[in-house]
Amino acid sequence: MYGRKVKLRFFFIILILLTLILSTFLILKSLEENVVYFQSPTEIKALYEIDKKKIRIGGMVKVNSISMAAKEIKFIITDFKNEINVTYSGVVPNLFTEGKGVVAEGYLKDKNFFLATKILAKHDENYMPPEVKAALEEK
Amino acid sequence: MASLIGFYSLIFGLCVSFLIILFSIKNFRNSNIFDNKIISLTFLQFFLVIVSFLSLILSFVKSDFSNQTVFNHSHTTKPLFYKVSGTWGNHEGSLLLWLLVLTLFIFIFLLKSKEHNKQYRILTLLFQQIIIIGFFIFVIKTSNPFNYIFPVPNEGLGLNPILQDPALAIHPPILYLGYVGTSIIFSSTLAATSLNYISKEWAKHIKQWILISWIFLTLGILLGSIWAYYELGWGGFWFWDPVENISLMPWLALTSLLHCILVLEKRLALTSWVVVLSISTFTLSMCGTFLVRSGILNSVHTFANDPERGLFILIFLFCLIFLSLFIFFFFHKTKNKDSNSFFWFSKETSILINNWFMIYFLTVVLIGTTYPIFLEVISSKKISVGPPFYNKLIIPFLIPFLFAMAIGPKLSWIKSDLKNKSYLILFLIISLLLSAIIIKSFNINFLINTILVTSAFYLFFITLRDFFIKGFKNLAQNLTHFGFSLLILSILFNNIFSTEIITNLKIGETFETDKYKINFESIEQKEEQNFKAIIGKFNIKNFDGNIEIMKPELRIYNQPNIVTSEADIKTNLLVDKFMTMNLVQNQDYFNIRYQIKPFMLWIWFSVTLISFGGLISLFKKKYEA
Repeated sequence: MYGRKVKLRFFFIILILLTLILSTFLILKSLEENVVYFQSPTEIKALYEIDKKKIRIGGMVKVNSISMAAKEIKFIITDFKNEINVTYSGVVPNLFTEGKGVVAEGYLKDKNFFLATKILAKHDENYMPPEVKAALEEK
Repeated sequence: MASLIGFYSLIFGLCVSFLIILFSIKNFRNSNIFDNKIISLTFLQFFLVIVSFLSLILSFVKSDFSNQTVFNHSHTTKPLFYKVSGTWGNHEGSLLLWLLVLTLFIFIFLLKSKEHNKQYRILTLLFQQIIIIGFFIFVIKTSNPFNYIFPVPNEGLGLNPILQDPALAIHPPILYLGYVGTSIIFSSTLAATSLNYISKEWAKHIKQWILISWIFLTLGILLGSIWAYYELGWGGFWFWDPVENISLMPWLALTSLLHCILVLEKRLALTSWVVVLSISTFTLSMCGTFLVRSGILNSVHTFANDPERGLFILIFLFCLIFLSLFIFFFFHKTKNKDSNSFFWFSKETSILINNWFMIYFLTVVLIGTTYPIFLEVISSKKISVGPPFYNKLIIPFLIPFLFAMAIGPKLSWIKSDLKNKSYLILFLIISLLLSAIIIKSFNINFLINTILVTSAFYLFFITLRDFFIKGFKNLAQNLTHFGFSLLILSILFNNIFSTEIITNLKIGETFETDKYKINFESIEQKEEQNFKAIIGKFNIKNFDGNIEIMKPELRIYNQPNIVTSEADIKTNLLVDKFMTMNLVQNQDYFNIRYQIKPFMLWIWFSVTLISFGGLISLFKKKYEA
């Protein structure tokens, strides 16, 4: 019926289409699962229910709020409107200081309590993560 | 004074650009011989940028704080080496470096392309000059490195201490050589497309440039990664951070270009694809500059920056993309229709398969990097995409990729068969058994890890066999593929076998697990030229009785006043022991991290091997398929 070449080309096009659909599907699905949302303490206070997914919280480390023990570090993230208590056991970056900006990644226990798995480092003392800046400007 | 000379050199350099364009257009129309005046002018332009660059270096060395760039990024107590490297450790200086490399490369291009068509050379020069003019204006208008400050301050603000590091001092120039090298590929491809000049000879000649960019880009990424490993104190070498991703994207595009240019060189096929790849490679490099400089990306590497600059690059980038698409659609003619259909089992097909995978990886990285930006614009939701996304989408596809990488080079051009290839099966069985034995003794997900390790071992053994059988024939390709298998193996084993301990300790305290006993013995203080060091002494007792002394350091820099931690790393052939400590303000506790990371040295070594393979290919007279 059709020549070998036409068949081959047809097969080839089908193959490309299938790959495209498959990879788009995979990428989108994976994105949905692995995206980490950023929230400020105020946004968290406004939540109806606590999400089980990993999130990021940004704000300032409240002055005189850091307390350290052998296993963990506790501190408070504030956006000068609302606060959230953070517990963290892990490596803290060099620029983690009271009164400076911070971004913590982890899970919410409830609206006042956050279990951080990672604290993000920054390279520049004057640099503030865009998210923190925006969160602070909103107040 | 130096600033004045530097600034005027830049202005003159821009003027020379217009002169070059003028002469080129005249020469393009009139005579048949290439006008040597153009080469002299190109040299003059390069020379002017060099003068400008040197005067900036001079200002840095002399700590001339009347210059704003120097004031912002230098300090009198900084060691000389970092005064010099501080020149390109900031936005303004690094753009001047871009410009320097742009003009250098086009000059070399003109010298090296004498046997080529005059019109092609001139047109390449013209396209390159468009890019050069864009960057000249960008530097002069939005990021002039020679701005004055009055009154002149007595002391500078200092260089960010984490940039005061030998690897990072040479990282930008090397990376830029790679980035900017793609501009020549871009200009030359556009020129060849508009003149319908794409041929086997052209492919051969542009392959050299692809190789050069590729080697530098590979080395540049390697240096950045090594730096991140020991300086950022996380003990990782790749974080899937946006700033890292945007150096990986041009690399992926360049690697696929490097492969499909071979098909063009051998069979004069895939021309459109080569053109598309050349354009996208340069576009991705430019995007990289744009995204880093505009501060749009939310990255842990982000430095303070300025949105106006981003806007300029964005507009410039759009013009270039528009120009190249215009040329591609209106001038590009495909020839030799018949050679476009490949037999399914041949080297061409395997190169195509390579390209598919590369483009897939590129798409994943691109989406992961830019999706947060788009989402923020559309819904003002702020998100980030983490490593699990990339791992999940890339790792499974590495398996067929590695197999194809092992088998592909074994096929012949046009049509291949399976004669004398029984060893392929034999090696598969060997690698499968070997990986199963290794993985079985560890408590990890058996199936996926075994298959992964098998595919890497497979490539490893097949390429290893070639070293013995073929010797120097095809050495370049074999070496890079071998290096890649080594890289994947090292990364896999590094991931599987790494262990870490994180804890907080006071001086004199001991932390114990079933395998290690870490004793925080003491700290001592030391004054250095521009920082004060606090050095901890840790006594780590292994479960088999070995004792290791680790001395991680905290550095408190005077200007700017920043604390950095210097990891103590004990490297040997098989394992890196990595320790960092950190002090949290007003606390007695030190934050401690101790990591055992196998095969780190092999990761660095294998990437070096990969780029070394490229180097061999570059210097080899003729390419044997």
